Amino acid sequence: MKALVWHGKEDIRCDTVTDPEIQDPRDAIIRVTSCAICGSDLHLFHNFIPGMMPGDIMGHETMGEVVEVGTGVDGKLRKGDRIVVPFTIICGECDQCKRGNFSVCETTNRKKHLADKVFGHSTAGLFGYTHLTGGYPGGQAEYLRVPFADATHIKVPAGIPDEQLLFLSDIFPTGWQAAVQCDIVPTDTVAIWGCGPVGQMAIRSAILLGANQVVAIDCLPDRLSMAEAAGATTINFENESVLERLKELTDGKGPEKCIDCVGMESHVMASWPDTLLDRAKQMMMLESDRPHVLREMIYVCRPGGIISVPGVYSGFSDKLPMGAFMNKGLTMRTGQTHVNRWTDDLLRRIEQGEIDPSFVITHTVPLEQGPEMYQVFRDKRDSCVKVVLKP
Amino acid sequence: MFHLSNIVRSKGDPKLVEGGPSLKRPQDQLARALGWFSIGLGIMEFVAPRRVTETLGMEGHEMMVRAFGVREILAGVMSLSVDKNAGLWARVGGDGLDAAALLSGLTSDNPKKGNIALALLVVGGIAMLDYRVAQDTKPGRPPRNARRKLYPSRSGFRKGLQAAKDRAKEMTQHAAAGVTS
Ligand SMILES: NC(=O)c1ccc[n+]([C@@H]2O[C@H](COP(=O)([O-])OP(=O)(O)OC[C@H]3O[C@@H](n4cnc5c(N)ncnc54)[C@H](O)[C@@H]3O)[C@@H](O)[C@H]2O)c1
Ligand SMILES: [Zn+2]
Ligand SMILES: [Zn+2]
Repeated sequence: MKALVWHGKEDIRCDTVTDPEIQDPRDAIIRVTSCAICGSDLHLFHNFIPGMMPGDIMGHETMGEVVEVGTGVDGKLRKGDRIVVPFTIICGECDQCKRGNFSVCETTNRKKHLADKVFGHSTAGLFGYTHLTGGYPGGQAEYLRVPFADATHIKVPAGIPDEQLLFLSDIFPTGWQAAVQCDIVPTDTVAIWGCGPVGQMAIRSAILLGANQVVAIDCLPDRLSMAEAAGATTINFENESVLERLKELTDGKGPEKCIDCVGMESHVMASWPDTLLDRAKQMMMLESDRPHVLREMIYVCRPGGIISVPGVYSGFSDKLPMGAFMNKGLTMRTGQTHVNRWTDDLLRRIEQGEIDPSFVITHTVPLEQGPEMYQVFRDKRDSCVKVVLKP
Repeated sequence: MFHLSNIVRSKGDPKLVEGGPSLKRPQDQLARALGWFSIGLGIMEFVAPRRVTETLGMEGHEMMVRAFGVREILAGVMSLSVDKNAGLWARVGGDGLDAAALLSGLTSDNPKKGNIALALLVVGGIAMLDYRVAQDTKPGRPPRNARRKLYPSRSGFRKGLQAAKDRAKEMTQHAAAGVTS
């Protein structure tokens, strides 16, 4: 089959590989009908997250049709079922899964020993996402083996196009969890850094959860216009001061809730000296992340407020203002998304026509064009916001 | 066909059969080569500055050679990173400094001035290459003033923004009253 394969920094190719096979009774194989490129894939494209190996298949936002099931799937899935695959592989049985903490499932990371060493504990296996999280082949391919398939799936009805359902795999629940973690009350101002696909979903989620005001921050006019379309007030950080504008919009008090939808690869600008220093340290491997957004959020967030971090950080961040964080009594919530905790509710909202997540798609191309689209999405060329690939 | 990367594949995972084309261009490979060259030269200048000054008849300038070594290493690391373009421009600047330093040693009483002339020639050649590759690896990000599409009608709320807000209000009121969904 064809698949997008990682060969090194900035080198993803559309290769021919052998088809996946059932390896375990709990496996299923799907024929992929749609998949997407995620901002997290860009961190891998840049080789900023350790643990990728040449030959790894990319992709963790995938849906398709079940074509084969193992003997242990136990009637939970049948050939012909249409499913969206959550990017977190879950067993459904361990302590964490029982609590709904799916992204820290204790069972599914098949390279636990690595994660135990690096993070202190192992977290869930993830598709197409480094050997620290199991090194499972990803779904930017024609076929995908879904391990623990009896639990790792979201069944979706016929009659709704792929484009509306695909993002249940990751970015829609990710934006949603980011907003839920903020405990939004009707008087809140929610400030959202980053208007990429995750930021866009977080904006819609904050509105649906009843925020009084949503402020979206980015530097790309196309993405900011998409944020405005959902009722957000926007700040273009290349033209205006984020801190001053946020104060202005909140009567000098700062937003109660802040969401980081940027992560470890903050934009670098000469007027933000900390980003220059972070970038230099990143090159020397003295620091793994550029946490400019975290610093800004801690500084501007109203005392007693909540900081929610769906943006991915990989290792070590320097110069985090812990003094301000502690004295202002802030709360930080973060994590890879517990996808299946939210998808029943979100699927219902899609079915009822409350929201149509396909608004974010700007490019739909055949899988073979995937490697070019990594560059287009990374460089934000052609007003690209979200790329869907069709195998 | 044999592919090295298949060795580390877990049993049963898809294995590479036939590689597709890479988007790496010749200038990307050249940038990489220049990066490693920079690091190699930098280390040499840093650990054996005396060898360099002796060859050029510029004894006494060891500290400068060391500093240049550090500069080479930094520019090299940058050229190997995702910001390779910045690294290559740093190299172009460094080539200028190298040339200036060499010219200052090109005095009539320097017995090694032949070596200096040769070194200047080499620096000139490499500078041209650095400049060329820096030109060819400009970042793909469009300039700030580039025209971009706008998406003012993509709210995602199929029943409109106001309906979404009303629904949210309804939900919060229900929640406050202790009713679920
Ligand atoms: N927690 C999870 O489970 C999860 C899931 C999916 C994605 N993510 C992460 O979410 C983040 C965003 O993903 P995406 O797909 O939207 O990526 P993206 O790269 O398309 O979007 C990032 C956006 O942030 C903007 N930006 C950069 N620096 C900024 C700054 N200093 N201030 C404000 N905006 C800035 C960029 O212009 C860009 O529009 C990534 O880190 C990704 O890895 C996390
Ligand atoms: Zn993702
Ligand atoms: Zn589990």
